[in-house]
Amino acid sequence: MEFIYYFGDVFTPVNFLLLLVGTIGGLILGATPGLSPTMAVALLIPFTFHLEAVSGLILLGAAYTSTVAGGAVSAILLKIPGAPANIATTLDGHTMAKKGEGARALQLSFLASAVGGIFGVLLLIFLTPLLAKWALAFGPSHLFWLAILGVTIIGSLDSASVVKGLLSGCIGLWLATIGFDDIMGAQRFIFHSSLGGGINIIAALIGLFAIPQVLTMFAKGRRNDNIEVIEVKKHAIGDAVRELFSRKRALAIGTAVGSFIGLIPGVGGQIAGLVAYDQTKKFSPEREEFGTGHSEGVIAAESANNAMVGPSLVPLLTLSIPGSPTAAVLLGGLLIHGIFPGTDLFDNHPEVAWTFINSMLIGQVLMCLFGLYIAGLAARVAQVPQSVMAAVVLGLSVFGAYSVQSSMGDVYVMAALGVMMFFLERFGFSAAPLVLGLILGPIAEANFIQGSMIANATDGLGSYFFSGGLNLILIAVVIASIIYSVMMELRQNRAQTVGVEA
Amino acid sequence: MKKLLAGAAMTLMALTGGAAQSQDYPDRPIMMMVSYGAGGATDFQARIVTMTAGNEDALGMPIAIINKPGAGGRVGWNWFATQADADGYTLAAYNIPHFIAQSIEGGVEYGADSFEPIANWGADPAVFVVAADSEMNSMDDVLAYAKENPGKLTFSGAGLFVGHHIAALQLEKAAGVKLAYIPTKGGGTAAMKAVIAGDVIAGVNNLSDAFRAREAGNVKILGVFDLERNEFLSDVPTMKEQGLDIDNASVNFRGVMVPKGTPQEVIDKLAATVPEMFANDRVAKKMKAGGSPMHIMTREEVQAMWQARQATLEELLAGL
Repeated sequence: MEFIYYFGDVFTPVNFLLLLVGTIGGLILGATPGLSPTMAVALLIPFTFHLEAVSGLILLGAAYTSTVAGGAVSAILLKIPGAPANIATTLDGHTMAKKGEGARALQLSFLASAVGGIFGVLLLIFLTPLLAKWALAFGPSHLFWLAILGVTIIGSLDSASVVKGLLSGCIGLWLATIGFDDIMGAQRFIFHSSLGGGINIIAALIGLFAIPQVLTMFAKGRRNDNIEVIEVKKHAIGDAVRELFSRKRALAIGTAVGSFIGLIPGVGGQIAGLVAYDQTKKFSPEREEFGTGHSEGVIAAESANNAMVGPSLVPLLTLSIPGSPTAAVLLGGLLIHGIFPGTDLFDNHPEVAWTFINSMLIGQVLMCLFGLYIAGLAARVAQVPQSVMAAVVLGLSVFGAYSVQSSMGDVYVMAALGVMMFFLERFGFSAAPLVLGLILGPIAEANFIQGSMIANATDGLGSYFFSGGLNLILIAVVIASIIYSVMMELRQNRAQTVGVEA
Repeated sequence: MKKLLAGAAMTLMALTGGAAQSQDYPDRPIMMMVSYGAGGATDFQARIVTMTAGNEDALGMPIAIINKPGAGGRVGWNWFATQADADGYTLAAYNIPHFIAQSIEGGVEYGADSFEPIANWGADPAVFVVAADSEMNSMDDVLAYAKENPGKLTFSGAGLFVGHHIAALQLEKAAGVKLAYIPTKGGGTAAMKAVIAGDVIAGVNNLSDAFRAREAGNVKILGVFDLERNEFLSDVPTMKEQGLDIDNASVNFRGVMVPKGTPQEVIDKLAATVPEMFANDRVAKKMKAGGSPMHIMTREEVQAMWQARQATLEELLAGL
């Protein structure tokens, strides 16, 4: 209960001001396509050089928390996920916005983020030693199976047809092989030097989601001058709160999946939202409605990606191992003040450790309040004429893709992928499975290579990948997931056939 | 004739313009490219050592860090060798032995000849680590195990053709045993996680990261791949002290360079100012607090070091 003593430190004028600045700034940065949480935190690091250690960390922690939540704004309103964590939010969130329910989607998303986020930070406060063990339990073989589990949900994700879903997943897996392979240094499919570093995931996200949108908007704008103006329905915050707690299942699955997957170093953050979305869909009696603007989809995805924030810091704070790119940047923020994460942090600098963690707790609440405040205003984005919107989104896309690593190469990659996706969408393919393939490919590959090298040196491939409790559990889940998808597909086909005969 | 005149005029303009530029250099902010991501060790140190650049006794102009990460640094250095302006306003951080090893391996557009070193700021030696609960307490224990189980001692490092890999090759060669080097993706932190979690028996890692992990009670450090003991770890013996003939070829040197073709006056000015800038007290204090060993070297010293590395690495990597 030590953390309670340090709550006062969060409310000193300087610290609280920084918390406010970090939260509001983070929401804005997060809502800007291309500015991922990692980027936002990295941009702020130089400012923390001149601050006290505690104040600096509060700023960084607040920015981390609220950029993850802020990413939902562009995901819902523009269908551009700000970061991989927000991909699942686009699936139902943007459909809701198109129906004029943007305000409702945003309110639900911020409320779900806050619930998930607070739960995640509470886990960090109370269960850190236990969680640290769990984070280390995942070796190369387990991470490989986890990635394969992710591959099994590709087919059923946001696509009318499993085959088309799998095909887009394969395109994603192939795109992921482009560039220098990080482990062996082999060169694959590098036709131009700007592909040397591989396809940058943020640039790809912007291209695959935003560019087809822009092209569609331009096409529509030409065809028809009197474009229908979407009526943005007002939505009372009280109703959103009531709706959130009536969707307990989605909230619980999202929060639980987000916290546990977020913990695993190197994997968590990127896929937590998608896995939670998929699980919620499988357990929901209304699974047919997912993808058509169903509020459960938004709740699951957003509670998961904020629940991940707290646990994702466990390996960093206890073992000094940053489990995610954002955590690596935070490590820099600690080191600059001569503070080493690990026992040193909690024993010798408890005021830093606990004030930082407490500020994330309060940051979640602030983030939710500001988020709800802007939800009503932001939802009006849907009323902006399409031709204007298209130009703005295009500008933001180019800016976002360029800013990732100040490279025009990324802009070309974004444009090329976007145009490709525009045509693929015409044939019923969708972007989400493709991006999932792009994310999972390198995880599966790297862990397979590493695992097989260890296995070859020790007890052989078979026993390394197929024995041990955790491996067997994961394999069982993989098999269950495949069987479930096949059965669903068969049932759907039968229903369609019956429908045709009738 | 007209063409010739125009050409001559252009050359003259370029020459005088160039001279005027070098005299006032620098008259606008300078950019420094780091070929690793924001928050990594190289980025972190680059930001610290350049933070006083704007002082009057240093360059008088700030240095802004630009990250171009990807493919173990290859993306950034490829860009620097082929596309960066050689006008002194575009600097880059180098990592030795990484970029030299990569150029020997091939497939990149740079080599040691593509760049002009300015000064070195840091030297992070590789160390040999085992988990805190391991039964091994010295390199003798490690090698005894390796001799009993040839090829079965798994140990992690940050990839192929980086300092850790060089250290691993040197260890195999000096001890005359076969080991199983496991390159990881995600740099030194992923390699360290593999050791702490028990995925592998041991690991090669950066001294700075290993020092931190030892402070956190997670690892034991059994040896340093350097010529002398390090001030951060005065209790850990070098490999040589433990009877292994290993020099400092794997030490990760970090410093500043410019593209080939940068005006000589600019190089001279930078070579004279930058080591002074690194020696600043505030810089030293921040570097020490972060557990990053400093090692300032002048342009001439770095040139000699690059040459020596080129020779050693060519020999070590020849068999691969």
